[in-house]
Amino acid sequence: MSPEELRDRLRERFPDALLARGEVTLFVDRSELLDALVRLRDQPDLSFGFLSSVTATDHPGREPRLWAVYELRSVQHAHRVRLKVGLPADDPHVPSVTPLFPTADWHERETFDLFGILFDGHPDLERILLPADWEGHPLRKDEELGGVGTDYHGAFIPPVDERTMP
Amino acid sequence: MPVERLPGHLTGRAPEEVEEEARRGILLTTLDRAVSWARTQSMWPATFGLACCAIEMMSAGAGRYDLSRWGMELFRASPRQADLMIVAGRVSQKMAPVVRRIYDQMVEPKWVVSMGVCASAGGMFTNYAVVQGVDTIVPVDIYVPGCPPKPEMLMFGILKLQEKVRETGTIR
Amino acid sequence: MDAARDELRHVDVRDHRTGEVRQETMIINMGPQHPSTHGVLRLLLELDGETVIRCKPIIGYLHTGIEKNTEYRTWVQGVAYVTRADYLAPFFNELAYCLSVERLLGVEAPPRAQTIRVLLCELNRIASHLVWLATGGMELGAVSVMLYGFRERELILDVFEAVTGLRMNHQFIRPGGVLMDLPDDGPRRIAEILDALPPRIDDYERLLSDNPIWRERNVGIGRLSAEDALALGVTGPMLRSAGVSVDLRKDEPYAGYETYDFDVPVGTGADAYTRYVVRIQEMRQSLRICEQALERLREPGPVMVDDPKVGWPPKLSVGPDGIGNDEGYLHHIMEESMEALIHHFKMVTQGVRVPEGEVYTAVESPRGELGYYVVSANEHRPYRVHIRDPSFVNLQAIPTMVEGGLVADTIAAIASVDPVMGGVDR
Repeated sequence: MSPEELRDRLRERFPDALLARGEVTLFVDRSELLDALVRLRDQPDLSFGFLSSVTATDHPGREPRLWAVYELRSVQHAHRVRLKVGLPADDPHVPSVTPLFPTADWHERETFDLFGILFDGHPDLERILLPADWEGHPLRKDEELGGVGTDYHGAFIPPVDERTMP
Repeated sequence: MPVERLPGHLTGRAPEEVEEEARRGILLTTLDRAVSWARTQSMWPATFGLACCAIEMMSAGAGRYDLSRWGMELFRASPRQADLMIVAGRVSQKMAPVVRRIYDQMVEPKWVVSMGVCASAGGMFTNYAVVQGVDTIVPVDIYVPGCPPKPEMLMFGILKLQEKVRETGTIR
Repeated sequence: MDAARDELRHVDVRDHRTGEVRQETMIINMGPQHPSTHGVLRLLLELDGETVIRCKPIIGYLHTGIEKNTEYRTWVQGVAYVTRADYLAPFFNELAYCLSVERLLGVEAPPRAQTIRVLLCELNRIASHLVWLATGGMELGAVSVMLYGFRERELILDVFEAVTGLRMNHQFIRPGGVLMDLPDDGPRRIAEILDALPPRIDDYERLLSDNPIWRERNVGIGRLSAEDALALGVTGPMLRSAGVSVDLRKDEPYAGYETYDFDVPVGTGADAYTRYVVRIQEMRQSLRICEQALERLREPGPVMVDDPKVGWPPKLSVGPDGIGNDEGYLHHIMEESMEALIHHFKMVTQGVRVPEGEVYTAVESPRGELGYYVVSANEHRPYRVHIRDPSFVNLQAIPTMVEGGLVADTIAAIASVDPVMGGVDR
């Protein structure tokens, strides 16, 4: 299906389906996430049976602040769709999709590691990229980039996030 | 090798003692130089490739830029059998204790070459995840800049290390 | 022979106090510093004798914070960061990132730039498969394959050095096109290696394909069925070796791939040997694409989009001491036009401002689906770049492939996955 057809088809169930730059994005509440994924997977003209990636973005200025992003793909029909779930920062719980898509295992661990989103029902939710005793979730916007300044023969260059020019 | 003869009453020792010490010095120096030469001629690196620099290190060991010209094509997997640790690539915070443990397991004499800017100073990754220079964890003998350094640059660094080992010597 | 193997399976431990016999399993740790784990991968293996009962891969030893770093740099500087994620396939990283940025900008690179991109990517695919073959062969004991693989790879790296200036991590594909055109002797050099490589690939096949030792160590090892592979999100040669013909170059074409004539090798054995055959065939198909791309490069054309807000301002070329400046351009900005100087300054320090939005672009890297989820907030730098790396997902399949087999087969199975830890950990 072309992106326009896909958007029209999905608008029946997801009224705020958005088409931008040739991609369809659906906005789902976390309580309906698993239902929506089952529906997208089982309907034969959609058959989104392949989960490409699970990640997140952090928008401190928005409400809700954290957004979990799921990229789905249909191998039969060669079309894609994106699902976004908004989560408040003080209660970043979302159901884990590992029962439906085993590939989400490591993706969700990485999203937990870097953003602090908690996936309920995940078999083994622990840090994957950072050391187990790391504190904080680095990819959130209020966490610093880190790094040290450079002191060389009297010239001081501050770390990247403190520089005025790139 | 010229030996400066100091009169015994200035050193507090008899001339024969000074003579004896000078002769021992010559012997030790010659032995020192021989041992240092032997050490440089067959340094065995430990396999410590981490990231992109590791691929260039493997290219340096492969056919075109042949490291076995200096007896180094044999990368030892066990650090106990290696004398040279070429830290090739970016060292993440999770990997840092492993680097230190491997270094501690190596037996003296041992040397460290920091290959690439990531190992030397953190490289372009001035952030939370990368150790800003492996010399914060282990003592480094030679820094080879580059991102990644061409195999010829690595070989130049290794030759400089051999020069350093020959000149500093380790017996006395 | 089988009785001896049975004896090896169980380690009986007799408790000296009670007299009962327990069968114990052993937990050993492979890595992160290990000659055969393809980089800093750590495996926790629970063994019953020589048989692997459970396997848990532990990653993160190369986590570099690339995704966070791109949020603090301009869009063009982002190319330098992402190219070091999957360091054996840098052009694919750059291509996916630049395609994402171009989609956000709403521009398209000119046809000659697309052709150069395809040419370099396919040469990179061959180089990556050669490293896989070299390291995989060495880990299985075929040490001479290591030397042959790297010898062929040096030929390709010479071409890369002549075209881009660097052997690895090129930063050559930029949003809007490529950095500069091919040098004058570029087409000749590429034609030379397109002649030199096919007989060498034939050599590999002659050496390995019917070699009884190679077959014994690879046939039936690391089995991953198609259903398991799709459920685990596995793509690339691993999925194609299970009989599923999925290749993003055919299914969701990008950079003009729909205009090239090539096949996608698919095998049905779903084991390490089939993956070897698939990758060898992929190298041959990549050579086909390179020949077609080289033909198209006979016609001249621009290599960067014409929009002054996007394209990198100076028209660079490889000079005797590296990448130098264009004399005419330098004269123009220094002597003739103040606006041009200011524009140059702004473009180099700040770069392009990309309108708000998000895209997900996927390309077919040598390891599978390499996807870039790029979010922009109408600034001079990315808001979020997420790399969906194929090795990160493919490594999840290791326990399924390895449990129930021998420890030595674990090495062969991991070699057939061809993981690159830079992409896994980013």
